[in-house]
Amino acid sequence: MNLLFFKITLVSYFLGTLAFLAYLLAGKKESLSRFSLIITGIGFLFHTITLLTHTYAAGYVSLTRLFDAMAFFAWALVLVFLLVEYRFRIHVLGSFVLPLALISMLSGAVLPTEMHSPDTTMHRAWVYMHTALALLGAVAFAIAFLVGVMYLIQERLLKSKQLNNLYYKLPPLDLLDELNQKAVILGFGLLTMGIIIGAWGAGYVSEWIWDPREIFSLAIWLFYLVVLHGRITVGWRAKKAAYLAIIGFIGVIFSFVGVDLVWKGQHSFL
Amino acid sequence: MDIIVVGLNHRTAPIEIREKLSISDAQLREALIRLKSCHGIDEGLILSTCNRVEVCAVVQQVQTGFQRIKEFFEDHHSGLSPEAWNDCLYLFSGDEAIRHIFRVASSLDSMVVGEPQILGQLKEAFDTALHQKATGVILNKVFRKAISVAKRVRSETRIAENAVSISFAAVELAKKIFGRLEGKEVLLVGTGEMAELAVRHLGDNGVEKIMITTRNFDNAIDLAKRFNGIPLRLEEFPRYLAEADILICSTGASHYVITEEHIDKAIQRRKNRPIFLIDISVPRNIDPRVNRIDNVFLYDIDDLQLIVDANVEGRQKEALKAEGIISDELTVIDRWLRSLEVVPTLTALRNKAEEIRRLEVNKFLSKMGELSPEQRETLEGLAASIINKLLHSPLVALKDEARSKNGALYIEAARRLFNLDKDLPRHPLRRSSDREDDVDSGEEPDSKA
Repeated sequence: MNLLFFKITLVSYFLGTLAFLAYLLAGKKESLSRFSLIITGIGFLFHTITLLTHTYAAGYVSLTRLFDAMAFFAWALVLVFLLVEYRFRIHVLGSFVLPLALISMLSGAVLPTEMHSPDTTMHRAWVYMHTALALLGAVAFAIAFLVGVMYLIQERLLKSKQLNNLYYKLPPLDLLDELNQKAVILGFGLLTMGIIIGAWGAGYVSEWIWDPREIFSLAIWLFYLVVLHGRITVGWRAKKAAYLAIIGFIGVIFSFVGVDLVWKGQHSFL
Repeated sequence: MDIIVVGLNHRTAPIEIREKLSISDAQLREALIRLKSCHGIDEGLILSTCNRVEVCAVVQQVQTGFQRIKEFFEDHHSGLSPEAWNDCLYLFSGDEAIRHIFRVASSLDSMVVGEPQILGQLKEAFDTALHQKATGVILNKVFRKAISVAKRVRSETRIAENAVSISFAAVELAKKIFGRLEGKEVLLVGTGEMAELAVRHLGDNGVEKIMITTRNFDNAIDLAKRFNGIPLRLEEFPRYLAEADILICSTGASHYVITEEHIDKAIQRRKNRPIFLIDISVPRNIDPRVNRIDNVFLYDIDDLQLIVDANVEGRQKEALKAEGIISDELTVIDRWLRSLEVVPTLTALRNKAEEIRRLEVNKFLSKMGELSPEQRETLEGLAASIINKLLHSPLVALKDEARSKNGALYIEAARRLFNLDKDLPRHPLRRSSDREDDVDSGEEPDSKA
């Protein structure tokens, strides 16, 4: 049953991706934009059911396996998109969010994961909080990354004076820059809380252990701190902020996925 | 009974003739009265704007109608010989006349396709005619329909989207860069009609602070008064460059007034907040290399013109869709007009009565059981006689009045009183009532007239 729901979710996200990409490239088609939104909504609904039944069946919130973490990341990403769509009506954001959500779901399934017997030390409340906050922070950084990409495309179109369909669909530069800033602030806040809870919880278990993911997370935290600081002091906004959001998110991906492929530590997803 | 249109527009007549034949607001009432008094014209409406003068009428006979309206134009402008403008006139009748009215209302016949003013002008012309009681059942219906068709075209096609003038194109670009223009600042360097128009549109869209500098400081003061702006001396404006989100340059200078260095400094002081530069001067006043600086968006007059051309082309494509909508609506109003013919109405009325007679007699017979043939005949005779006597005078009156000026009114009334349109699946009156209601409530003050 759960597998069926999961498959429905995957298929919906796949169709949603296709519809959103078609919307991105085609002319103004109301029917296409409605369809893409509906199919995404259906996917999200089944995704939510999958996550709930999975949690119920396992008896605990499963976030510590890479597969589950990626699924949760995709779920939160789509949720944020639906909220942004409701609030700002930036439909075209879906053309960027859906592919990322799909890739994340698929890569969670494809990337190598060794099966470990569940480690009981990992089933504590603070571990879930710590992981969930870090993942939600990553979602915010993903949004900053996506609006950064949209900013660069729109900026290029405006500079080169190519006012095509894409130009009309993409939102104004100022709005994209504002969303970028908000997403980075939100992500930074979530990551900070995640790190604090992690440090506090780990205080009972172990010391700072120079684990690769720990080092990377701290580096990412510092990076975004500098990004936010730079915006206020030296004007790292607009195009520069878009680039920074993209670089930052590449770091985030690496710290989530890449680290596991290179090193194996206490923080590895199981 | 036919609908005709006689008129001329920007395509058929030069401005010299249009302005001579145009009918001013002050003359309109008198002209409507004169039009209505013409023999053979039952209903009339005059639409006169700077791009067109048109008379729409309901006439008893098409050719005489055309002749009457030409005479009406002659009377109106006895100074101008008819030969001068006769060739400029277009004459439409029947379906073509209604299609023309729909196209005009939907702004398909406008100089700038999709421009919104014409619908307002048409509504005004209709209102005035309504007040003067120059229109009747038919033109009221046709023009209400024209207004709803125009709204449908507006909402179902992109005919009115995207700027088709340089100044509006500039405003749209500004909105794509800044989103909301509230709180943004504009710096106007120089003067010029197009630049002033752009400043005005930006002001209408929320721009709050307007700074103006011209070579002659007095001009700057004058303009500043008009736009509620701040005049600056030409030599001090570079200091204010960093404040301006939008800069419009339109001077007669033959060199670059604004250089890469100016903007480089400004963008640094703005901490990378984007700046939108509009250069509508020829020769150009802003060094084109400025566009290479990050977060600077420079558009010159050619760039803006290209956008406008593309948008005009886009509107023309949408106009094809609009023609389709108009054809649809034409069939709807056609069905209504056909229902106003007298013979089908008389037949429908007789059929209806016959139907009632038959049903009621059968009902009675089934209740009464067996009747003798004589009794039966008497009963049928009684029913037929009641129906015939009751219908006699309405039928005669309808036949007589159908030829009169108010014929359409009588027929329409008869159809409604006897509910003769219940068999028509999509009767225009009911089908379009929703759409027309919002017209009636909002912009037509006189539904009583």
